[in-house]
Amino acid sequence: MTDEILKIRDLKKYFYTKHGVVKAADGVTFSIQKKETLGLVGESGSGKSTVAYTILGIYGPTDGSIQFKGQDISKPWTKRPKYFKKDIQIVFQDPGSSLNPRRSIRQILELPLKVHRIEGNGGREEQAIRLLDKVGLPADYMYKYPQAIGGGERQIVAIARALATDPSFVVLDEPTSALDVSVQAKIINLLMGLQDEFDLTYLFITHDLSLMRNMAARVAIMYLGKICEIAPTVEFFKNPLHPYTQMLLSSIPVVSEKEEEYKPKKIIPQGEIPSPVDVPPGCNFHTRCSRRMEICSRVDPDMVTQEEGHLVRCHLYTGA
Amino acid sequence: MAGIKKKDLSHTWEKIKKSWYKFSKNPLSIIGATIVLLIMCLAIFAPFVAPYPEHAGNFVDFRNASQPPSLHHLFGTDVFGRDILSRVFFGFRFSLVMGFVVISLTAPVGVTLGLIAGYMKGTWVDTLVMRLTDIFVAVPPLVLALAVTSILKPSVFNAMMAVSLMWWPWYCRLVYGIASSIKNEFFVQAAEVTGSGKLHIIFSEILPNCLGPILTKISLDMGWVILIGSALSFVGLGAQPPTPDLGTMVADGGKYMPDQWWMAVFPAFAIMFVVFGFNILGDGIRDMLEVEEG
Amino acid sequence: MRLLEIRELRVGFNVYGGTLNVLNGVNLHLNEGEKVGLVGETGCGKTTTAKSTLRILPMPPAEVFGGEILFNGTDVLPLGQKEMRKIHATGISMIFQDPTASLNPVFTIGDQLRDTIRYAGIDGHITKKEIHERAVLSLHDVHLPDPERMLKNYPIQLSGGMRQRICIAMALATQSQLLIADEPTTSLDVTIQAQVLRLLGELVEQKETSTILITHSLGVVREWTQRVYVMYAGSMVETAQTADLFHNPLHPYTEGLMKAVPRLTGEGIAEGISGRIPDYLNPPGGCRFHPRCPHVMKVCREEKPPYFTVDADHQVACFLFKG
Repeated sequence: MTDEILKIRDLKKYFYTKHGVVKAADGVTFSIQKKETLGLVGESGSGKSTVAYTILGIYGPTDGSIQFKGQDISKPWTKRPKYFKKDIQIVFQDPGSSLNPRRSIRQILELPLKVHRIEGNGGREEQAIRLLDKVGLPADYMYKYPQAIGGGERQIVAIARALATDPSFVVLDEPTSALDVSVQAKIINLLMGLQDEFDLTYLFITHDLSLMRNMAARVAIMYLGKICEIAPTVEFFKNPLHPYTQMLLSSIPVVSEKEEEYKPKKIIPQGEIPSPVDVPPGCNFHTRCSRRMEICSRVDPDMVTQEEGHLVRCHLYTGA
Repeated sequence: MAGIKKKDLSHTWEKIKKSWYKFSKNPLSIIGATIVLLIMCLAIFAPFVAPYPEHAGNFVDFRNASQPPSLHHLFGTDVFGRDILSRVFFGFRFSLVMGFVVISLTAPVGVTLGLIAGYMKGTWVDTLVMRLTDIFVAVPPLVLALAVTSILKPSVFNAMMAVSLMWWPWYCRLVYGIASSIKNEFFVQAAEVTGSGKLHIIFSEILPNCLGPILTKISLDMGWVILIGSALSFVGLGAQPPTPDLGTMVADGGKYMPDQWWMAVFPAFAIMFVVFGFNILGDGIRDMLEVEEG
Repeated sequence: MRLLEIRELRVGFNVYGGTLNVLNGVNLHLNEGEKVGLVGETGCGKTTTAKSTLRILPMPPAEVFGGEILFNGTDVLPLGQKEMRKIHATGISMIFQDPTASLNPVFTIGDQLRDTIRYAGIDGHITKKEIHERAVLSLHDVHLPDPERMLKNYPIQLSGGMRQRICIAMALATQSQLLIADEPTTSLDVTIQAQVLRLLGELVEQKETSTILITHSLGVVREWTQRVYVMYAGSMVETAQTADLFHNPLHPYTEGLMKAVPRLTGEGIAEGISGRIPDYLNPPGGCRFHPRCPHVMKVCREEKPPYFTVDADHQVACFLFKG
């Protein structure tokens, strides 16, 4: 338990808009061990990015707690002490807008160094070159601007920037979703190498379950603000319990027959994903669930432990 | 290290070449730049290029008064016998000074307020600044300028102050719009999350992304400020005689229309020329500063 | 006669610094009733090919340097605006990647659908009532609930999946012979993507519309198409029946792509393909893939490989398979 680096208990983040309350995150609980990769999977409106931003402090939580290395950080970044900002970093989803188009790569990399007054041997320029070297980019990239390099390389720069302050925990918000598959492979390999080399812990957010199968130690699925299922990776894919998980898995277009057989039998997705302003009562998935029961439209199920480390939130498994 | 420094310089040179390519794609932009450059040279070197530089001050020569355009006096002479061409060159000085002074006062103030209000959108700072802007925008510009200059002594300096008062809100609004949308971009959040201070974010992250529209507005504004300045002089609240000012010259010459048409028409064309030049140049600058996608 | 045949198409863009020679001799054909896939990564030229077929590329800076696009036997490239419009109306339609950008936010769905139907009926008049009926029918076809009410909605009131279905309805309402779908599901969630793809498949079969599906997802191509082209840096590197391609990928690029896809069965992450996509201002000579190819030979640097036939319908543009 002392190996836990991040612990989230019943995290809630609500947005109050003129159309109603958006319960972006509605009671999220999980923890991450040091040097682990937790995959947080979900589609639009699932709340996965909200959880990430709340951990980072871009949002302050509406309720619930976030503990990092044993200390409570349940507040927005403006109220957090500076050393936490060094230790927790994020790589954003869109390489196009996560780097300021009007700043050179050198300036982008130097910013976190300046803010935290990190002195290394040699000047800032040396440090920037070393960062670029860490991620496998040539030193002359320093003077380039983001538009001059491709999407994959921009993400690599974003990763370098995240590593500038020597963090122990990095949130990766769909870092490769906008990239081609061959570029994705390069970036994922880079990330895994860096994780080994620098003892990093990752919270990897994505909608790509195939990627998680090969990268994450544990996987958690979110739907409309709540976690449906969470389990160690192998167990998760061998024995997906929640109907939404099964629907997700059966929708993935795969490239080989071996994988086809691996998928749960074809569940045809029905219906649209409800708007987060209008969450269905009871179990929020019941409107699209092929195995819904009477109780599902009335009562929100609790999270139960089915196997060691395998939790699921579904009436099919409570009580029965 | 030196090898990389060289790359840096060559990158800068590349950027300059590329900017020129974008700028010169539209031939009109080059015409605009030429006009502005020409006017600036005429203004700066007026004492040397004007055929009769002494006519810009207290000068009277009634024998040569009200002469139509001729080889000696390309634009003719006015009722005091002063060469209109020379006075137009000197008049450019005041127009340009008016433009530069007003814009160097209003742009920094308006941009800074706009950045702060945009970044703090939704807070009391935003409300305060924007309502202040609304107040100044609500007053018709010329009325405000007239009011100010009539309270104070009419002079070029006071005219500039008056125009400045009603000019800054537009910069504020322009930048407010851009800043409030940029502040939600990922790169700003990345800087915030890293722990960077608000000052840095506003001036080093957000401001560079606003520069394009700001610079474009500045060059377009030059024309407009000059026009308003001329309007003030036209009603007598700007430059006072015998200072050569285009607006004053149009006003004075207007009395003698249509027989001695040259006294009003040439200065009027000069105003038009200046405004036109800056407008076209502004379009070119806008083209040049457009951020390309990938 | 083939419905569509593109022969040695060369298209470039004139920009600062020279010409981007994007399409470098594209060869592609489509028979009636086929579902063909065009798979390739960002920047390989797939959208440029599609837009060239419809002649909707902005002509400066784009320029056609050679080749022909034969639709029903007629070369589309030299046609004038009037004839192109006829082709757009009933010959070829297109669905784009971003449904939000394809729909005009200030008009209702009904307005936009009805306009499409009206402009399609160039010969012969079609009454208002008929237009309305056809609009309702097309919404029915894409399984949208309550079509009458849907017609009065604005695009902003609908989800991404619904908007894309409306774009599909608009594309198919005109009974075109050929549909080009450019990454129609890339911006959608995975479960919605599955729904929309299934729907698209049913519809094109029902209406006997030949389709080219452009995507960068190998999984989608495998599930949806009968035959597929793999594209790299402006030309086709391999083409085969879909099942064949996945059983037996031949071109080193295709192999690299297949390996890079993360597998559900948990085989780890592959290396990816070394190098980057070429700079179109100064593309590599010979085979454009040669700087990245693990099996590169001398001839690859000098000549562009033509198609070599390996099997029925399976062709590779690679000197490894010569003779």
